[in-house]
Amino acid sequence: MTSEPILAVENIKVRYSGLPVLRGVSLWVAAGETVSVVGANGAGKSTLLRAIMATQPVFDGTIRFLGREIHALSTEAIVRLGLVYVPEEKMLFGPLSVEENLRLGAYVINDAARIEQNIEFVFSLFPRLKERRTQAASTLSGGEQQMVAIGRGLMSNPRLLMLDEPSLGLAPILVDEVLDTVRRLKAEGMTILLVEQNVREALDLSDRGYVLQTGRMVKEGTGQALLDSDIFRQAFLGI
Amino acid sequence: MEILLSSLAAGLLIGMALALVALGLTIIFGVMDIVNFAHGEFLMIGMYTGLFTAQATGLDPLFTLPVAALVGFLLGGVCYYGFIRFLIRGPMVAQLLGTFGLMLFLRNLALLIFGSEDRALHHGLLVGRSIDVGMGVIIPATKLAAAVLAIFSFWAVWMLMNRTHVGKALTATALNPQGARYMGIPTEKMNALAWGIGGATVTIAGALLVNFWSVNPFVGLLFTMIAFTIVALGGFGSVRGAFFAALVVGLIMEFPGFWDFFSYTFDIQWMYDIPMTSFKYTWVYLAYFIIMVARPRGLFGWKH
Ligand SMILES: Nc1ncnc2c1ncn2[C@@H]1O[C@H](COP(=O)(O)OP(=O)(O)OP(=O)(O)O)[C@@H](O)[C@H]1O
Ligand SMILES: [Mg+2]
Repeated sequence: MTSEPILAVENIKVRYSGLPVLRGVSLWVAAGETVSVVGANGAGKSTLLRAIMATQPVFDGTIRFLGREIHALSTEAIVRLGLVYVPEEKMLFGPLSVEENLRLGAYVINDAARIEQNIEFVFSLFPRLKERRTQAASTLSGGEQQMVAIGRGLMSNPRLLMLDEPSLGLAPILVDEVLDTVRRLKAEGMTILLVEQNVREALDLSDRGYVLQTGRMVKEGTGQALLDSDIFRQAFLGI
Repeated sequence: MEILLSSLAAGLLIGMALALVALGLTIIFGVMDIVNFAHGEFLMIGMYTGLFTAQATGLDPLFTLPVAALVGFLLGGVCYYGFIRFLIRGPMVAQLLGTFGLMLFLRNLALLIFGSEDRALHHGLLVGRSIDVGMGVIIPATKLAAAVLAIFSFWAVWMLMNRTHVGKALTATALNPQGARYMGIPTEKMNALAWGIGGATVTIAGALLVNFWSVNPFVGLLFTMIAFTIVALGGFGSVRGAFFAALVVGLIMEFPGFWDFFSYTFDIQWMYDIPMTSFKYTWVYLAYFIIMVARPRGLFGWKH
């Protein structure tokens, strides 16, 4: 990659009550790239994303977004810079409608016309949400809730979208649908940092990937190179 | 029949004023799941503000409501930034004891500054005036004004919560603070705003009440209890619930009137013999007890 990374994480360390969970993790994402972080359950993938969003205290290391040190900023300020996180737990506003949830995603945007444009884009991405725009988010199916979570993340025109296991708990057919959406966003030029359980598919659609193992980045490379590597086969395929 | 109608009217009117007392409590709970034991002390401060501004300017407290509202807004904001925001990181017990401590602090501060005597407003535009609506029902103008302004305040809060950008952000913070932060919503400011609105509505209620209720540094606890009853009945965090529950509580407070109506109408001897008026608030607390046992989530459920 020739372009300057928009996100650069260097050697960050996170502890939960003294217990190291990230032991010096580095990663970078360049504009327009789709980068995956894969790793077993409990490797620290979500912790890494939460640390970037400043909802998890970082004990050492630096995090730079668009050339700016964001470590000391609040989560809200980071979102305003254009770094958006779609959490594993979705965190929808259950009693509010699909449309209200989406509009809250555009909280940092003041331009009404752009909000309408974004909502149309989200509806074109997920036509099912348009049909259910007045329905309470909590009454949606798991797949539809994930669509709202991703759509809500897109509403603020992020410079970098971080998706934490968007296919978690979905039926295989819906997993493909979600990953197709990621592919489509990538084609639209969105910069994406993806954490996924469906390692093969995730690496397949990504430009590059990282393997995180018990708090350490043990491997980095293009998707195919990772899929072929020994360490990867050991970690995930048990061969 | 006159007693029945009068009691009904009195109950509904006082209920509307009480709704405004409870509004702030339910908003603060709704947004950040914290029960403010000092709520009644906020009201007490509103009453003193209404009293003193009225005495100082010679105007009716109705005209100095904006002052009371401003005092309440600042009081809520200062309490949040100076105190509550540190408490919410602690366990539930710390929050309960913390706002309990705030209650004691404000009460004793008032005692120090104002002394323990009862103070009441003896003049004013509306004090002593009343409206005869016919059928033997006479409505004191002060209570009518309190009821009308309470409805207006509810409407304003409802509009704010449902029709404005900041209201949506408050709702989002109430529903899922972490999720709200990920949307770029400054939840800390939203919490402070909830305390500000909660403080402003309850001090407005205080300034309205001082027209027909004397004030001393200990007046708060009674209203805290009544507000708890209302909020428990309406569902913690529910604005709409608080309004209707307050009407119910207002009517419960007029229970002695209904009792008298029955004893006169049907001439029931043993009903005469019980001096029901002495137990006015007992019924409110009894209702609170029954609600907590039978419907701990209130009539409308928690939040919404
Ligand atoms: N709040 C917490 N307090 C203490 N330990 C935690 C906390 N959150 C996570 N951990 C621990 O940190 C480690 C990494 O957790 P994390 O959620 O980051 O893993 P993950 O890679 O996202 O896993 P998964 O694939 O299951 O989502 C785990 O061992 C977990 O038990
Ligand atoms: Mg995770």
